[in-house]
Amino acid sequence: MSFFFTLVALVVALGLTWRYLGSYMAAVFDGRVRFLKFIERPVYRLLGTSPQQEQTWKRYASAVVVFSAVSILFTYVILRVQGHLPLNPQHLGGVGSALSFNTAASFVTNTNWQNYGGETTMSYFSQIGALSVQQFVTPAVGIAVAMVVVRGFARKNSATVGNFWVDITRCLFYILLPIAFVFGAIFVSEGAVQTLAGTATIHDVLNEVTQTLARGPIAFMEAIKQLGTNGGGFLNANSATTFENPTGLTNFLSIYLLLAIPFALTYTFGKMVGSVRHGVALLSVMVLLFGVWVGFTSYGEHQNNPAVAAAGIHSSVGNTEGKEVRFGDTSSALFGVSSTMTSTGSADAAYDSFTPTGGLGLLTGMMLGEVTPGGDGSGLYTLLIFAIIAVFIGGLMIGRTPEYLGKKIQAREVKLAGLGALVMPIIVLLFTALAVSVAAGRAGPLNAGPHGFSEILYALTSQGNNNGSAFAGLTGNTPFYNVVGAIDMLLGRFAIMIPVLALGGALAAKNVVPESLGTFRTDNGMFVGLTIGVILIIGGLTFFPAISLGPIVEMLSHGRFF
Amino acid sequence: MILHLRRSFTMAVICLVVFGFVYAFAGTGVAQVFFKFQADGSITSHGSTLIGQNWTSPKFFHGRPDDFGPYAANPKKSISGGDNPLVNNGVSGESGATNLGPRSKVLLADTEALVTYWHSMGVNPTPDLVTTSGSGYDPDISPQDALVQIPMVTKATGISPSRLRALISRQTHGAQFGFLGASYIDVLQLNEALAKME
Repeated sequence: MSFFFTLVALVVALGLTWRYLGSYMAAVFDGRVRFLKFIERPVYRLLGTSPQQEQTWKRYASAVVVFSAVSILFTYVILRVQGHLPLNPQHLGGVGSALSFNTAASFVTNTNWQNYGGETTMSYFSQIGALSVQQFVTPAVGIAVAMVVVRGFARKNSATVGNFWVDITRCLFYILLPIAFVFGAIFVSEGAVQTLAGTATIHDVLNEVTQTLARGPIAFMEAIKQLGTNGGGFLNANSATTFENPTGLTNFLSIYLLLAIPFALTYTFGKMVGSVRHGVALLSVMVLLFGVWVGFTSYGEHQNNPAVAAAGIHSSVGNTEGKEVRFGDTSSALFGVSSTMTSTGSADAAYDSFTPTGGLGLLTGMMLGEVTPGGDGSGLYTLLIFAIIAVFIGGLMIGRTPEYLGKKIQAREVKLAGLGALVMPIIVLLFTALAVSVAAGRAGPLNAGPHGFSEILYALTSQGNNNGSAFAGLTGNTPFYNVVGAIDMLLGRFAIMIPVLALGGALAAKNVVPESLGTFRTDNGMFVGLTIGVILIIGGLTFFPAISLGPIVEMLSHGRFF
Repeated sequence: MILHLRRSFTMAVICLVVFGFVYAFAGTGVAQVFFKFQADGSITSHGSTLIGQNWTSPKFFHGRPDDFGPYAANPKKSISGGDNPLVNNGVSGESGATNLGPRSKVLLADTEALVTYWHSMGVNPTPDLVTTSGSGYDPDISPQDALVQIPMVTKATGISPSRLRALISRQTHGAQFGFLGASYIDVLQLNEALAKME
């Protein structure tokens, strides 16, 4: 019953956010919000640019790529030399080269895959100056790229698509910074830790226990970790730890923050293209799929853990292995689905120990391509790719040139959308095949049998989708997984972003054709159903053979243990 | 290209300063001024109320199992590096779960060993008491987890079951606002109150 109220509260909170944050974001990117002009102006002056200097999609794309490359360099260098930098009370040494490369690629692609344990590897300087900075920057880049596609539909006969530097500056200062700061303070008030004083040592005379506790500037990183759909926590066990996620309220707020921007961007889209109905259609696609996955996974986690049941302990409170008492089974499942379907990857429970059904929910949540609702910006632009494919298929069925929002969808657009949709399944499946073919890959899993394969498949799916969650039994800090994972993450981010930017440019250059009686409607239930069909066919059919070898085998092997 | 590079370096430095240091330092300032107790880790005279400890004596209620307790069937250091606040009675590790899958033979063996351990303590265990948590140091147990331990604590301390039941009910925190998360008991606070009763 309390889970029902949690869902109601979440729907109400997200509904209000969808409407008001959505329209606020549209105003920010149109340049109508100006209360921080005194910060914006000097930033533009330092960069030598201004909102009036618009870029072509090619200039925009090269700015994205160069800036991301520089961000990787900054992150990599800080991690390597952290032993010589201040803010290192635990005197941790520099991070190794393969792990630094993997981590830099991970945080700059908004993945936040972590092949390290935060409290034993990263100095406060690295957490603040390298990792947390990218948790702000990468959602801003993602949202900026989404704005290019939105402008592609909103503009006509335009050679330019906006200014990258202006877009990310506005997103950072007007959207991410204020929201993150407020929620950071709430997290601290609930018990999340925020200190630069280093570890604390306690001694309990009642039971003769002496503990050294890992502390740090955790709470405010937590806020941007969730809001930016990043997922990389300060501590190894992420949001399962009390110092990151102390209470039921912070757990709820974490889920809310994950979903806030990705859902609200559909309103921003509708507002900017002049048809909120089109935004509602995209929102419906997201909500319908998200709702089914929440139901499926929560059901899975409310079942007994097979191994625990076999030991003679039957549970009325679901699968408790790897879960925290203060959250319980269904809230942990809701967190898991929210995290995997938003490309966030944070975890308030051990996903590796989810039931076969629950684990399948998380894994397939990512395989749909991170569009329901997906990451900040990346969710919207990837969903628009699927929408264009749906329009194309719809057009073929009725024998007309397909249109979306008055833009003719022609060969170039369909090719770019197809490329964007196929990159992810190709890299995920090829890298998984590679990992199970070589000894270095097969050495990774902790668990034996089909679950071991699931761990590998999950890792490469998570990285290829820039999610970052893990079946964490896999030992990822090896040269093989560090390098393959980094390539997987970089392709999963930029091999989709660049076709998307080209698509935005191509659409912006087109004229708008007036709607006629024969136009295929793109704001009704038929279109919603068609888009869901495209997502399920690309995600479901492509990955069905792979998931059959992992979670589905596990679901079907009653009474067998590996 | 040169222009992009110059702007990228400038922007990277701006972000390092504003979203790295200004954000973290301002946040730490707010946290330390307004919520110092929480920001420092909720540390009381017997430890942090947010970090689980190993309770081995039958005179106290026990938390959920982890690597180091006497009932750890399989010292997890060999499996996943151990889960730990950082250092625990001289053994170092980091936060983390067992990550054992739902059809793992190791998880089955661990759970069976924990069931045997609890039976030897005179306790009929609940699911929480034979499974490890996500962080590895869950500070809480459910009210049911505490109730089943009453025979063990009564035998060791002589405190009557009815007084222990009253204590458990006083120490139970309901789900936040009545619906967020689950109801729980902080094991450290429970045992502090128990120690005062003796």
